[in-house]
Amino acid sequence: MDELRIHPSFEQKVAVPFTAEGVEIFQINLGYRCNLECRHCHVEAGPKRPELMSRPVMEMCLQVLQRHPIPTIDITGGTPEMHPDFPWFLEECAALGRRMLVRTNGVILLESEYAAFLDLYARHRVEVVVSFPHVDLKMTNRQRGEGVYSRLIEAVRMLNERGYGQPDSGLVLNLVHNPSGAYLPGLQNNLENHYRQALKEKHGLVFNQLFCITNMPIGRYLTYLQRTDNYEDYMMALVNAFNPATLESVMCKSTLSVGWDGKLYDCDFNQMLGMTVNHGAPEHIMMFDLAKLGTRRVVTGNHCYAGSSCRGEIA
Amino acid sequence: MADYYEQKDLADFAHIGEYAPELGKKYFDYYGEAMKDGALSAREKALIALAVATTQHCPYCIDAYTNHCLSLGVSQEEMMEAVHVGSAMVAGIVLAHSTQMRKIIKNKEM
Repeated sequence: MDELRIHPSFEQKVAVPFTAEGVEIFQINLGYRCNLECRHCHVEAGPKRPELMSRPVMEMCLQVLQRHPIPTIDITGGTPEMHPDFPWFLEECAALGRRMLVRTNGVILLESEYAAFLDLYARHRVEVVVSFPHVDLKMTNRQRGEGVYSRLIEAVRMLNERGYGQPDSGLVLNLVHNPSGAYLPGLQNNLENHYRQALKEKHGLVFNQLFCITNMPIGRYLTYLQRTDNYEDYMMALVNAFNPATLESVMCKSTLSVGWDGKLYDCDFNQMLGMTVNHGAPEHIMMFDLAKLGTRRVVTGNHCYAGSSCRGEIA
Repeated sequence: MADYYEQKDLADFAHIGEYAPELGKKYFDYYGEAMKDGALSAREKALIALAVATTQHCPYCIDAYTNHCLSLGVSQEEMMEAVHVGSAMVAGIVLAHSTQMRKIIKNKEM
């Protein structure tokens, strides 16, 4: 990111550096493998990405979770299902009895090789978070690839059939919206109402909550912004949308993100930028120290403008 | 001044209260109330605003409300239909005024 053109910088804007307030969410990125190559993807995931979390790093994650009562395990990727050791890892995590959520691209669950995850998720009462950029077919396909919208509808239908998103089932299905272009998402409750109505009327589908994510100006999305001459306007929109009230609830205050190689980050976006935790906190899972990590000063940059404008409603 | 309209001037809208802050505040309070969810949703209001923006040829408003509609998940088809409603209204308003012309013609005819 071109730091010089952003004024004021995020650090200047927030004035006081912010610090973590414990580790409530242990986010694990299993690697960058995915069967889609979405245009907004900040980790630039795809079928040919070789980065996958090794078994020893997975075991270190489990040891940390066994030693510390961190309440939420949040598994992401890529799409986690494509990690060959994920079924084992999921069982191990489930045995810990914590709240567990998996962020999936959804459509992978239609592939015969991965269809078993539908029942596995339901059996372990995993909260499923599906990337669902738009209720408009064209917009979704432009962003995620031809034919993805109809496959996504089918995947949500299969989750609904297992009880996901249904009232009183206790099986949580949350969707994630992110803009299909160089603009910011609207208010979460407006979009959630629109999604709920559209998915119900058009497809008879249900879900629990919609999370709106502001696209981070990094990775593939940054390339898109620069190529289409939208970068400066987008950054200005982010700076103008800055809302100090959201700083209380940004996810880095309660989340620790473990990269596929075991490095520790304040969030998945810092991971993509290679900005490990700093300011005296250990930067690798093998040196995990809850006291230090739970009170660490968060590493920030101008991309954090996108974190605050999404009102911290990521999870 | 190179151009009467510059894109970056849209950001100046927040400062229209300059030189008359009380009136500016009253305007923004009113604007905020009128645009929020009510009997009509914020989405429906955004489409009305977009139609007005195009019929009134306001480049600032077109910029602001196109982005706002995108943010609210409004589809391209919905936006274009809203513009056609505005367009049809303007055409109808023009044609309705031909009544005056036709009345005068009829009055002047021998």
